[in-house]
Amino acid sequence: MSLLSDPRLAEAAGHLPDYLGNHLRVSLAALALGLAISLPLAILARNRPVMRGALLAVASIVQTVPGLALLALFYPLLLALASVTLSWFGFDFSAFGFLPAMLALALYSMLPVLRNTITGLNGIDPALVEAAKGVGMTERQSLFTVELPLALPVIMAGIRTAAVWVIGTATLSTPIGQTSLGNYIFAGLQTQNWVFVLFGCVAAAAFALIVDQLLALLESGLASRKRLRTALGGAGIAALVAAALAPAIARSPSSYVIGAKTFTEQYVLAALIADRLHASGLQATTRAGLGTNVIFEALAADDIDVYVDYSGTLWLNQFHESGVKPRAELLADLKARLGRHDITLFGTLGFENAYALVMPKKRADALGIHSIADLAEHAATLSIAGDYEFFSRPEWAALRKAYGLTFRTQRQMQPDFMYAAVASGDVDVIAGYTSDGLIAKYDLAVLDDPKHAIPPYDAMILLAPKRAHDEKLAAALSPLLGKIDIADMREANLRASGNDADSSPTSVARWLWQRIGGR
Amino acid sequence: MTIALISYAHVSKRFGEAASAVTAVNDVSLDVAAGEFLAIVGGSGSGKSTLLRLANRLIDADDGTVMVEGADIRAVDPVTLRRRTGYVFQSGALFPHMSVGDNIGITPKLLGTPAREIAARVDELLALVRLDGGAYRDRLPHELSGGQRQRVGVARALAAKPRIVLMDEPFGALDPLTRDALGEDYRALHSKLALTTVMITHDMTEALLLADRIAVMHAGKMLALGTPVELSASREPYVMELLRTPRRQAERLNALLPGAGPS
Repeated sequence: MSLLSDPRLAEAAGHLPDYLGNHLRVSLAALALGLAISLPLAILARNRPVMRGALLAVASIVQTVPGLALLALFYPLLLALASVTLSWFGFDFSAFGFLPAMLALALYSMLPVLRNTITGLNGIDPALVEAAKGVGMTERQSLFTVELPLALPVIMAGIRTAAVWVIGTATLSTPIGQTSLGNYIFAGLQTQNWVFVLFGCVAAAAFALIVDQLLALLESGLASRKRLRTALGGAGIAALVAAALAPAIARSPSSYVIGAKTFTEQYVLAALIADRLHASGLQATTRAGLGTNVIFEALAADDIDVYVDYSGTLWLNQFHESGVKPRAELLADLKARLGRHDITLFGTLGFENAYALVMPKKRADALGIHSIADLAEHAATLSIAGDYEFFSRPEWAALRKAYGLTFRTQRQMQPDFMYAAVASGDVDVIAGYTSDGLIAKYDLAVLDDPKHAIPPYDAMILLAPKRAHDEKLAAALSPLLGKIDIADMREANLRASGNDADSSPTSVARWLWQRIGGR
Repeated sequence: MTIALISYAHVSKRFGEAASAVTAVNDVSLDVAAGEFLAIVGGSGSGKSTLLRLANRLIDADDGTVMVEGADIRAVDPVTLRRRTGYVFQSGALFPHMSVGDNIGITPKLLGTPAREIAARVDELLALVRLDGGAYRDRLPHELSGGQRQRVGVARALAAKPRIVLMDEPFGALDPLTRDALGEDYRALHSKLALTTVMITHDMTEALLLADRIAVMHAGKMLALGTPVELSASREPYVMELLRTPRRQAERLNALLPGAGPS
């Protein structure tokens, strides 16, 4: 099938107004804020060597922080700030999405603007600055009629660099909840949808190039005093600004926002929930690719309305507990704890996505291994592999303690490769995920955990505080509760990890609903 | 004795930190009469440029008093002072992003003169410095020759009808023919417009040919002040050395070109 007739391309194009619009909005706002701060600072600092050095040093340090980390840092920072303003001044603000992304990107844009403005202004022939003074200009007149116009080409080069950086880096604002062209890239990488990844990259690059060229047009128009060029460049920028502002005015506030973390299953479940809401006549948008901690805080702060989390994850990561409880007790305890955050535990979906020890079915049968207790007898001669965090997680400690496991060797691996490695015999056992589609694909066996060393990881729907008594939402979601069994979820995940036209989360979600809808 | 339009009294100016300060102008007293053309001659580092800049407060004196048109300039707003003092910069210093017309009209514009009056004034000034208004008004400075640029520089200095014109080595970077023509033209304007001009130059010949009186600066001190005749009587070794070149050139030229010398 050729790329152009691939239905994934049409699906990607369908998201473009939303993704590009949001990308445009956050980039332009960040750039405007960055310029509003950097230009006056640079003008103030140009004749003050100490201030100039300090400014450039700070801006350079900011630049060395990887874009993703900078964006991620702004989320907890603003969250803390919001709680301070709430307790001191009685108001708070959303630390999710637009605001942290804009602030981090604005900070990111400062270095080229600061550096080029200072360099440009200091590079002007001192004789011309003296001439400006000599013909009777005030400092302000000299700045605006002589120095800034003469430094304009250098300043504009800085602004263009900043614009390209900001537009490129804005793709990384997806994990903190700001929709951007990065949504294509993050979703595409997780679900192996290379059409999406490519589409996102090309769209972001094309957008950056267009803005850069419009700025170049504006600059050359100003420099050569050609009205047409200046007008064209200015009109292009103005059109972008208008496009950025228009949807913000028209946006409907009644839409439900569904969150999803950064792995395939989450994309599928978010698409399933969106599909159900649409079917009930409700508006829904998806904020996918959110970090585990970001998504919980975002729900607690009413920035998203609903998402699927796992009992064990909340128990260990969110509430920092270590002891393992039986399923029913754990769920009751979580319900109470979530209630303290005004979050509703709406119900479980019916499957678990837990860590589990996995080995090829044939090998397990041959060795007579059905549970981890059986495995413990053979462990000394076997090797095990896990993802990058497994061996430092509480589950591993609990397993070793409960069963006295000691393996011959243990290795860390990229999760995608683990399953193939165990299927081909490179390792004997892996710590996989129970709902992973590759378990079925490679005909692997999930070993029982008779001592319940690993806590339950029931998938469950959580609702934001403001949706606690939302009847329509409850009605739309209740058909999902208890309906998705582990085999269906595995197959759905397997389908979503394929690299073909039917593997988009939306298509897989539709398949999953057909499968479970009648139950 | 005519009234002094510019008057320096015991003026000193130092640059740099206290310990390693360089005295650029050292206790100079000098009166420039209304209508006079004064040249200040000296080598680089002699303090001649500093002396000139003190007159429109591009630089402020450390000691002593500078009076312009009877007022102590420390009491005058520097921006106002500069707007009513013409200043011609070394090699023009025209604003490269502005047209010839905009360069010339800048000071009237700063003074709030209506655009139509400025346009008329620009044409008048271009005619005065012998440039064709229609051909040059809208050009950018980089499209002009060095001599044309400096003509525009002179026009810019005269735009707000100043009584005083300060010139910082105005013709130094020009070829000898252009330089001579421009010097003559400016001297004619000086007389026609009843200007008071202070010009600095490192070229004694130029000073002798154009100025009424000449001040000789050396290492921050004013060594001599007077008309060419008075100067030629000076026994100051540095002044004698400065006069040696023009004298020898005049003699040589007289010998080489009989009848071509000054009559």
